[in-house]
Amino acid sequence: MQRSLYISPDKCTGCLQCEMACSYEHEGNFNPAKSRIKVFSFHTEGRFVPYTCTQCAEAWCKSACPTEAITLDVATGAKMVNDGLCVGCKVCTIACPFGTINYNTATGKVTKCDLCGGDPACAKACPTQAITYIDAEGTGYDKMRSWAARTDNQSAAQA
Amino acid sequence: MGWQKKILRVNLTNGTCTAEPLNMEWAADYLGQRGLGSKYLVEEVDPKVDPLSPDNKLIFATGPLTGTPASTGARYSVITKGALTGAIACSNSGGYFGAELKFAGWDMIIFEGKAPKPVYLYIQDDKAELISADEIWGKSVWDADKYLHAKHQDPQLKISAIGRSGEEGVMYACIVNDLHRAAGRSGVGTVMGSKNLKAVAVRGTKGVSVKDPVRFMQTVGEKKQILAENPVTGQGLPTYGTQVLMNVVNEVGALPTHNAKSVQFDGASDISGEAMHEPRGSEGKANLVTNQACFGCTIACGRVARVDKDHYTVKNRPEYWGASGGLEYENAWSLGADCGVNDLDALTFANFICNEQGFDPITFGATMAAAMELYEMGVITDEDTGGVKLNFGSAEALTSMAELVGKGEGFGKILGLGSKRLCEKYGHPDLSMSVKGQEFPAYDPRGIQGMGLTYATSNRGACHLRSYTVASEILGIPEKTDPLVTEGKAGLVKAFQDATAAVDSSGLCVFTTFAWTLEDFYPQIDAACDGEWTLERLAHMGERIWNMERQFNLAAGFTAKDDTLPKRLLTEAAATGPAKGKVSGLDKMLPEYYELRGWSVDGVPTPDTLQNLGLS
Repeated sequence: MQRSLYISPDKCTGCLQCEMACSYEHEGNFNPAKSRIKVFSFHTEGRFVPYTCTQCAEAWCKSACPTEAITLDVATGAKMVNDGLCVGCKVCTIACPFGTINYNTATGKVTKCDLCGGDPACAKACPTQAITYIDAEGTGYDKMRSWAARTDNQSAAQA
Repeated sequence: MGWQKKILRVNLTNGTCTAEPLNMEWAADYLGQRGLGSKYLVEEVDPKVDPLSPDNKLIFATGPLTGTPASTGARYSVITKGALTGAIACSNSGGYFGAELKFAGWDMIIFEGKAPKPVYLYIQDDKAELISADEIWGKSVWDADKYLHAKHQDPQLKISAIGRSGEEGVMYACIVNDLHRAAGRSGVGTVMGSKNLKAVAVRGTKGVSVKDPVRFMQTVGEKKQILAENPVTGQGLPTYGTQVLMNVVNEVGALPTHNAKSVQFDGASDISGEAMHEPRGSEGKANLVTNQACFGCTIACGRVARVDKDHYTVKNRPEYWGASGGLEYENAWSLGADCGVNDLDALTFANFICNEQGFDPITFGATMAAAMELYEMGVITDEDTGGVKLNFGSAEALTSMAELVGKGEGFGKILGLGSKRLCEKYGHPDLSMSVKGQEFPAYDPRGIQGMGLTYATSNRGACHLRSYTVASEILGIPEKTDPLVTEGKAGLVKAFQDATAAVDSSGLCVFTTFAWTLEDFYPQIDAACDGEWTLERLAHMGERIWNMERQFNLAAGFTAKDDTLPKRLLTEAAATGPAKGKVSGLDKMLPEYYELRGWSVDGVPTPDTLQNLGLS
C-alpha cells in the first residue's frame, strides 16, 4: 500500500512540533528554519495550515531537473533529491507549482520532503493528528465518513 | 547543550551590541530564564536604582529547553526592576519569539543604558544591530509588527514590541510578542519605553541542540503523553482555555467582584469559557474562533477570538474585525467581574486594545475597578473623567478608558498610574487591591486562603503565577486541600513557590504542572543540559531563586510590612457563597511561612539559610 501525507488544517494549533521533528530528522538539530514542512498562520482568520510536498506522480521538479538529480523512491512514492547530482541550479524551485522544493544556502543543494523513508517524523510528532500518513487511495475517507453520517437521516432521527 | 552559551549585551547609550559567553557557573546554579536572568540582574543592578533610570537593566532570557520539542518549549522571561512595583520583576511570555531568539544562537539579551533616540534591535543569527525607530515610535504594537515585517521583507521575523502606552509611561506597560502574547506584568514594558527601545525583531536559522538527543526525544515523547491524557491539559485547557475557571471560581465564592467588594459575580456565566463557545444571537457565530498553541506546546490553551462586527466597539472599524488573541481567565475577570461588566464582546475588544497598545489587562481592569468605586463614592467626578460615567457595569466606560490608556491620553493618563498611585492620589490608598504596588488577580483570598499568602509573599507583587495553590485548593492537584482553612497553607505555598521558580527557569510553561511535577521536569532537563540534573537539584535551585529574589527586594527597601494584603481582604468578610463570613487568615499563615523559609520573624533570610542555598 502506498501512503500519502494527509493534512487537516482545521486540527492544526500552530505548535510547530512538525517543523522541529523534520529538522531533527534531516539536519540533526531543532531548527524550524530548515524544516521541509512549514506551518502558515493566517492570523486574522485564526487559521494554521501545515504545508509540504505532496509527491506528485508526474513531478514538475523531476521533469525540470537538468541533471536527473530528482528520482522516484519506488517504495514510498517520494521524489528524492540526490545531493551528489544536484548542482543547485534551482530550476526545480521554479518548476514546482507549489513551492515545496527549496534551496539550502548552507549546502548549495535543494531540499524537499522525502517522507523520511516511509515513516514521516512530522506525522509522528503532530499532537492533534492534523498531519497523518495514510493510504494514498483513501485520503478522503474520513471526510466521506463524516458526510455519510449526515446522510443517514433515519439513524439521526432515531437518536 | 540546551543552552547556546552566548548572550548579547546591548548598550543603548553607546549603541553597541556585544557577544559574551554565558556564565556557565551561574547556569549550573540557576539553569536559565527566570533564575539565570535574575542572577544577572542581581549581580549587575543596584537594588535601589530608579526603575526608569538608565542604570536599570532589562533582560530577555530564554531557558535551556526553549526552542526544543519538549512540550511548551516556547517561554522567555523579561527580568528587570519593575516600574509598577519597584520590586524585582520577571514576566514570562510564550508565542514564537523566545524560540526564535534561541534559534538565532542567543540565550539572553541584556539591555543597558538608554538610547539617545528611539531604536529597535534587529537580530539575524549572529548579526545584531540597533536601528532608528523613528518610523514606528508612536505606533501600536500591531502597526510596528506590520511595519517591521514589511521593511525587512521577512514573514518569518519574530517581533517583540511596546505600544504607545509603554512610550507614554503607563506604569503597567507590557512587552507584546507575536501580536498577542505578552510579558505582561509589573511594568516591564514601561522600563523598555524608558530606554527608548521600541522593539526587538529576530530571525534565527541556527537551531538548538541537546546533550543526548535520543534520550531527549524518548523522554519528551513520554511526557507529552502525560499531558495528552490528563483531563486538565488534555481536555479542559484546549477546549476552554484558562477560562475553564470562570464558573468554577465563581461557584466557590472566590471571584473578586466590584473591586473585591463581593466574591461572586452575577454575570460570571456570560463571560465564561463556555459563553465564548456559544453562537452569538446577532450573527450566529461564537466569540471563540479557535484555540492556539504557543511554540512547541501540545496543550494549546490560547484563545483566538473575534468581536461581532455589529458590536458598538467595532462598528465601522474594520481594523478590529479580524481574529486575534481572545480572553484568558485573568483578563475576563479583571475587565469583567471586577468592573462588573458582563458584555463578552466588550471585554474581548478591551483585551484587543491591551494587546494592540501593550498594557497589562489585569492591572488595567483592577485599576478601572478602583476608579469605579471612587467614582461611585463621588471622589472621582465627571470633570476628572471627561464626562464618562465610570459606574460599575458600564461596558462603554471600560472600552473608552482602555483606548485612552492605550494612547496615554486624558483620564487614561491617571488610570495609567495603576491602582496604588491612583488611590493614593485621591486619598483612599486602602481601595487599591494591590500588594507591593501590583494588583492581585482573579482569586479572592477570602475564598481560597492559600492565595492570600501567595499574594502577600510574592516577590514581584501580587501574582497568581508564583504559587498557584488554586491547583490544590480547588482542582485537587497534586492533592486536594480545603480552600477555606489556613492550616498547612504555609508549607503548600512554599512548595509551590520553589517548584514554580524551577519550572520558570527551564523554558517550559507552568501550565504543564497541572499534569507534571518536578519529577517530570528533571529527566527532560537532564537529557538536554550539561551536568547531572536531579529532582533534588531542581528543588534546591527553586528555593535558591526565591531567596535571591527576596534578598534583592529587601535591599531595595521592602520589609515584612510589605508582606500583607489590602485591608478589605483582612477585615471585610465575604458576604455570599461558601466563604461567607470569612476574611483572609494571613496572620495565621505568615509566621509559619517565615519559619519554614528559614527567615527571621522580620522576614529576613538567616545566615544559615543563605549559606545552605549558596547565597552567602
